[in-house]
Amino acid sequence: MIRWMRFSWLYFLLSAIVIVPGLVSLLMFGLRPSIDFTGGSLLEYRFGQEITSNQINDFLKEKGFDVYSIQNSGDKTYLLRLPALEKEKVVEIKNLLTEKTGSEPQEIRFEVVGPTLGRELLIKTIVAIILGALFILSYVAWRFKNAKFGVCAILAMFHDSLVMLGSFSLLGHFFGVEVDTLFVTALLTILSFSVHDTVVVYDRVRESQKVFPKTPFEALLDKAVTETLSRSLNNSLTIIFMLLALLLLGGVTVKWFVAALLIGTVSGTYSSTFNAVPLLLVWDKLSQKRKNRRKI
Amino acid sequence: MKQRRFLLWLVLGLILISVYVDVPSKIHLKFDFSFGKPQLSWLKVDQEINRPGFTWNLGKYRFQRDLEIKKGIDLAGGTHLVFQAEMGAIPEADRPSAVEAARDNIEKRINLFGVAEPLIQTSKNGDQYRLIVEIPGLKDINEAIDLIGQTAQLEFKELAPEASQASSLADFLPTGLTGKDLAKSEVKFDPNTGQPVVGLKFSADGSQKFAEITGRNVNKPVAIFLDEFPVTAPRVQEKITTGDAIISGEFTLDEAKKLSIQLNAGALPVPIKIIEQKNVGATLGEESIQKSTQAGLIGLLMVVIFMAAYYGRLGLLADAALVVYGLLTLALYKLIPVTLTLPGIAGFILSIGMAVDANILIFERMKEEMRVGKSRIAAMELGFGRAWDSIRDANVCTLITCFILFNPFSWSFLNTSGMVRGFALTLGLGVALSLFTGIVVTRTLIRTFYRKEKIKS
Repeated sequence: MIRWMRFSWLYFLLSAIVIVPGLVSLLMFGLRPSIDFTGGSLLEYRFGQEITSNQINDFLKEKGFDVYSIQNSGDKTYLLRLPALEKEKVVEIKNLLTEKTGSEPQEIRFEVVGPTLGRELLIKTIVAIILGALFILSYVAWRFKNAKFGVCAILAMFHDSLVMLGSFSLLGHFFGVEVDTLFVTALLTILSFSVHDTVVVYDRVRESQKVFPKTPFEALLDKAVTETLSRSLNNSLTIIFMLLALLLLGGVTVKWFVAALLIGTVSGTYSSTFNAVPLLLVWDKLSQKRKNRRKI
Repeated sequence: MKQRRFLLWLVLGLILISVYVDVPSKIHLKFDFSFGKPQLSWLKVDQEINRPGFTWNLGKYRFQRDLEIKKGIDLAGGTHLVFQAEMGAIPEADRPSAVEAARDNIEKRINLFGVAEPLIQTSKNGDQYRLIVEIPGLKDINEAIDLIGQTAQLEFKELAPEASQASSLADFLPTGLTGKDLAKSEVKFDPNTGQPVVGLKFSADGSQKFAEITGRNVNKPVAIFLDEFPVTAPRVQEKITTGDAIISGEFTLDEAKKLSIQLNAGALPVPIKIIEQKNVGATLGEESIQKSTQAGLIGLLMVVIFMAAYYGRLGLLADAALVVYGLLTLALYKLIPVTLTLPGIAGFILSIGMAVDANILIFERMKEEMRVGKSRIAAMELGFGRAWDSIRDANVCTLITCFILFNPFSWSFLNTSGMVRGFALTLGLGVALSLFTGIVVTRTLIRTFYRKEKIKS
């Protein structure tokens, strides 16, 4: 049997290599919140003829509109970001662009979000994550009759959220990718996926503990990892297949949502085997040490 | 054994029902096996088959479905609006009925545009009331917003002196008594007959005006207009001076409630302010749905191939179970009905992954048992039993998350956005169904087909 747990440090190191750059980026640049969080307007137009973002920018600046960004989102299609607008202003923009380009642009998308909604969403998301973590922790701890399983599963789960937040901070800084409601949904999904995966491995540990009560804990963990690794990979592969298909072929609106899920799935698969399990070992060793100290 | 045969029939029955639900409501059948011979003309078929929807009556409860997939705004195109209700002027106790009245009023106004199935919800966040309006496929949204945003106008009108009977709306003249004078309306019950009636309570000022109006209109109708449309025209029986009036009639409880809500729209007028607006052009929706469906099918195909390649015959059985899973899910979407959004589709796709997972867990266990030297059949039964613990615990964790995201009790400290809910609903349904297909369908299929294989060899 492969003694997986001898290389625990390597697994933690690998996680650190992935997480630290993201964490640094998160602290330095933060995330790029979409108008779902900040409030603002998002207008997407398809124009009748070729036009550059600079031209659109000039047209709007001329009339005193405060433009955050203009992004090409397809053939003759542009995404405009502005502060929250009154609907009269939107009509004004459309008229202005019609006048300047000679034909009326087709309105593909138009969103206005008031600033209060954004903060609310943020708070609600954090509440949802904490609540979800608490419920899952208690369920796992109850089912496995030991708090360490619950706590380690949640720690592995936070590993995945850090990976996702970090990578989206990097993506946001370098490619202008925004974090929106869909990202929040992806984050919550991955948290449940990660725990799902972790529980399957832990289930083996639980079972072996009953069958071989004399075997050292570390050997039990090795056994559980060996037994579940192919299942874990196969399962993740099926999800990754679906997500890859969606990412490469799916619509524009879900692209980054799917990307977030994909990053999360890979991270979740890794963390369930190579973080959640070694963490159990660390916990076990620490509690052994404390017991020994007490004896002295 | 008996139980196993029952399960097989159950699975087959469910498949048949879901196929019936899943097929499009109109199928055009056209084939010709008569080879031009007139005596075989009955083999020539050219007709449209209409699959009717469901209508069941179970006592009072009526279950009716047209069995079409409902598409959300992001797929069908349309407008999503969030209004904030300005409740400052309305006493705290009356706020829920005020927002309910505003909701009803908005619905009526949208219906003026002839829009099919607008979705209007109220949500409470802290002490703020909101109205969420979703209108599929409406072109001129600005006009709609203007109309929706107006505050309701309630007016009491009396018959013009020269008209003895109301023949048209123009026969009614304003009385100067408006929604401002009405304090509130509520459903009451007649103490003698127990019949539901609608009670009106006027302000001090309004009571005086109402007394005058009823005084000169005894035995004549006084009509109540909401936004220039007549709501009701009860006949005055006597002069009412107390400021407490009752409209009685052969109301059912629902009718009385509805009338009371309409009157409240005028009595408790709530100014509303738009705080969020999202328009999705129909083209974007169409593009996304087409691409996502295509991507979903390709992904599914890859999963099917992968399973068959890795697990051989067992994999094929799991694939069959997956198809059953797909059929059942789609049927459930149509029956509930689930409004499908882009995140909803993503939730469905993820749930496919989880459905496969249940099978993978079982197969890995079976392989293990066979490696230890157990017979195929013993390995199969043991595999299912052993895998169950982990399948249950893992899926319960996902269901917990779905529960929090769906927020079924609309707790105001959690998300109530339709997008997140749609996702949670499809994922949750998917997980629940995948437990069923993973345990019941795959098992039955394996028992039926894998076993026979054994006997033959």
